[in-house]
Amino acid sequence: MSSYLTIKNLTVRLKNGAPILRAVSLDVAAGQVHGLVGESGAGKSMIGKAVLGTLPRALQVTSGEIWLDGVDLLSLPASERRRRIGATAALIPQDPLTALNPSKRIGPQITRRLVDILGWRKQDAEARALDLLGEVHIPDPARVMRSYPHELSGGMRQRILIASAFAAEPKLIIADEPTTALDVTVQKQILRLIGEMQARHNTALLFVTHDLGVVSKVCDTLSVLYAGKVVEEARMQRFFMRPIHPYSAALLAATPTYTNPDSSLTPVPQTVTDAVEREVREHDLRAGA
Amino acid sequence: MTFFRNILIRLLTTAVTLFGVAVIVFVVIRVVPGNPIAMMLPPGATEADIARLQAQYGFDKSIFQQFVIWLGGVLQGDFGTSISTRQPVAGLVLSRLPATLELSIVALVMAVIMGGTMALLGTRYRDTKTEGAVDVTAGMALSIPDFLWGLVLILLFGVLWPVFHISGRISPALNIDFTTNFYLFEALVRLRFDVLADLISHMFMPALALAIPLAAIIAQLLKQSLKETMHLDYVTLARTKGYGENHVITREALPNAILPTLTLVGVQFTFLIGGTVIIERLFSYEGLGNMAIDAVINRDLPLIQGIVILFALLFTLVNLVVDMLYVVLNPRLRHA
Repeated sequence: MSSYLTIKNLTVRLKNGAPILRAVSLDVAAGQVHGLVGESGAGKSMIGKAVLGTLPRALQVTSGEIWLDGVDLLSLPASERRRRIGATAALIPQDPLTALNPSKRIGPQITRRLVDILGWRKQDAEARALDLLGEVHIPDPARVMRSYPHELSGGMRQRILIASAFAAEPKLIIADEPTTALDVTVQKQILRLIGEMQARHNTALLFVTHDLGVVSKVCDTLSVLYAGKVVEEARMQRFFMRPIHPYSAALLAATPTYTNPDSSLTPVPQTVTDAVEREVREHDLRAGA
Repeated sequence: MTFFRNILIRLLTTAVTLFGVAVIVFVVIRVVPGNPIAMMLPPGATEADIARLQAQYGFDKSIFQQFVIWLGGVLQGDFGTSISTRQPVAGLVLSRLPATLELSIVALVMAVIMGGTMALLGTRYRDTKTEGAVDVTAGMALSIPDFLWGLVLILLFGVLWPVFHISGRISPALNIDFTTNFYLFEALVRLRFDVLADLISHMFMPALALAIPLAAIIAQLLKQSLKETMHLDYVTLARTKGYGENHVITREALPNAILPTLTLVGVQFTFLIGGTVIIERLFSYEGLGNMAIDAVINRDLPLIQGIVILFALLFTLVNLVVDMLYVVLNPRLRHA
């Protein structure tokens, strides 16, 4: 099975040298959904940003390789890399309310890059956008294309962003907490929709989330991150039945249950976090040596 | 349709504003010391001469009566007769208005070009020495008022390196047979490039002096808004689509970042028009501002009234135009 995204030993550091990602490796094949889970600040979003070339200016990739559809992105010159990313990868952002340009109509926000970057004819791009809006179950796509973002609901806007992400038939889609900003009732529909679209277009999907419940519904494989380091990589079923790393086990145990609403929330025990911290320090020492 | 209703309401409030301005100006210039009649008569004039002239110009009546008479004339388009030149105020003022309008608009265009370029450069090369240079330049430009810039420019381009005309609006030797007083506009339309070059040579320094402080304000505010906008999600999303920095700044960020700047430019443009009074004097530019100063020196009450009303009308119109532009540029306001 060919991999659309392969990350090897990716290390990202602050300008002052402090590591944000520590030798992260992962692999997402065509048609596969790979989950990235971890606490806030574990660096899961930074992996997606490193792949898409949108790391904050204070951060830089110091070593490693990012292979996207057979090309090592980091070996390309900046403008070539940008075009390559635009043509083969796409982002489904976290907050649909801020991810659409408020001064532009929906249509051009989907079609313009197909014309500008990929050289499509305008009519083709528009037909494509109409099809995709239909695929994400938007009623009256032609009207929506003429609308401004403020005229549409959050759920609608997230559907539009999903459609837009699939517009150029990308090999890889990175979904960065795509349901976090949504209403709980909408979350489920959007999750189902992302799964549906991913299966239909046979893309590789990197799914960044802190929600293990969400992961269990959509992912085939997953990586657990702590302090910028992958502590466990597993297939879905095995992970939920028998997590290997103690941190993974603690994270799973901390998932709130609906069956016993009276029970208090279970934190990840101090002994476990201390142990992972030790592990991470040892990794840094080895890397430094 | 609400758009047009709003404009109608604005026009009505404009009328109220102008009435208020008229009342204040009318009263103030009659209360402050200085007698217009005394300026007109030779030193040996008799009491009878003074009384006769005062009656002729209506200054023997109460301020309220004078106002009612004046307002009655204004409503019929008659703004009275200038005391110093004995010509109708309306004609005098309107003949000078094009000069001031052209100067202000050229200054505004210069300010937008200079300030916009600085803001875009500062954003493109943010967190580098270039942004630092933009900040320092803008800070310096802003800390010196327009009339001082006028003097600096006269020294630079009038004395040390005399490339521009330092006084007047147009060379008297130039043969122009234009139908309007919008010389610049008409020279453009008639393709009279000799006249155009002469006008620009006269206008360059006063316009630049007016433009520099406004350019600095635009540079600072627009750069700030652009930098904030650059962090927003839709800008990041555009980057992932393969767009480069220049496209992202000008196409994604700029249309949104420009809105707060537009509001400010509207307000600042009225200050710029106010600034023409001193700047026109400095460069002996034959516009409304220069005329206003003469009118005050001569205690030419009807002329002062006419000029102030016209300035007030200009200010309110500028604000109206800015509000309309804001609606055009911001789709979120269009259906409100």
